[in-house]
Amino acid sequence: MVEFTLPQNSVVKKGKTFKAAGATNIRNFEVYRWNPDAGENPRIDTYEIDMDHCGPMVLDAILKIKNEIDSGLTFRRSCREGVCGSCAMNINGKNTLACTKAIADYKGTVKIFPLPHMAVVKDLVADMSHFFEQYTSIKPWLTNDAEPPADAERLQSRDERAKLDGLYECVLCACCSTSCPSYWWNSDKYLGPAVLLQAYRWLADSRDTNDQERLDELNESFKLYRCHTIMNCTDTCPKGLNPAKAIAEIKKQLVQRDHS
Amino acid sequence: MFLAKIADCFSIHNATGHFWYQRVTALALIPLSVWLLLLLNKALTAPYADTVAWLTSPINASAIIAWTVAVIFHAALGVQVVIEDYVSSLSTRHLAIRATNLIFLALGVAALVAIFFILIDR
Repeated sequence: MVEFTLPQNSVVKKGKTFKAAGATNIRNFEVYRWNPDAGENPRIDTYEIDMDHCGPMVLDAILKIKNEIDSGLTFRRSCREGVCGSCAMNINGKNTLACTKAIADYKGTVKIFPLPHMAVVKDLVADMSHFFEQYTSIKPWLTNDAEPPADAERLQSRDERAKLDGLYECVLCACCSTSCPSYWWNSDKYLGPAVLLQAYRWLADSRDTNDQERLDELNESFKLYRCHTIMNCTDTCPKGLNPAKAIAEIKKQLVQRDHS
Repeated sequence: MFLAKIADCFSIHNATGHFWYQRVTALALIPLSVWLLLLLNKALTAPYADTVAWLTSPINASAIIAWTVAVIFHAALGVQVVIEDYVSSLSTRHLAIRATNLIFLALGVAALVAIFFILIDR
């Protein structure tokens, strides 16, 4: 059955406070900390950040903490411009990319946690292995039995290409999947919004001729139909995409194929 | 054939059928539930004999049978989704789904038999 309370060793305790001596323009950052080697419960450390000497984004503040205050803080980051999806985390209760979220968008203390309902590797680093295994399961590559034209790519009309808008931009940060209660409960079998959006990206691609097999794979009570249109995915997507609509399009294709 | 099709939509292998029939019954229940308000209004304000006479007209008799079938079917499909969501043990889940389907089947049969007796007993 579903567990509604945290196990004893996951209960979050109060941690240390790091003061910013001499600073006048201070913002507090509360950050989730957990070290698997320490054998301790997770804790929330509080960092005072001197905003007069910090960049504008949440990632800037996290980098400042790591570089100047506490080098032990562990997190993923790479592109710092919302393209790689590495710095996905839960900031003030909502999943987003730390690099594209301005500190000024929040009032008061900024609370930073790893992506919800994922196993934590350390601090803000969630274990993404299962998420990427699920991504692999939908065969996210072009399948077309016909030989491609000699010395040319497979062409698309402008309209066919336009169908991929709102799909190809996904950076697989997992903000949407980890905000979905259905994915929290059943992530072992439910593919989740990010992977289903990717599945639809290939269904919508005019160059891919594997539609029927892709639909057969998805036509299962847990892989697809755990989506109950809660819409947290669309609400939280830091790229402004609409995974809920992509999932609805898959359901529509299945109904049109099997019940019309 | 029809019953086999209905039974199939409770199967995990016909997920789209389950989804589709849940939507179809939901849509059917919108006008049927409005009609149900008329029945309740009649039942609460008119004498029993008048209500039965009103109910036995072909349209109203069809409507109460359709509402009963749709609501039982919709509820069974919906409860199955809730069980699938929250019961992770496979054996417990299957047992719970079969038990609830049996309960809804019994409820449906009892309701239809009761309606049949009301309709022929006028």
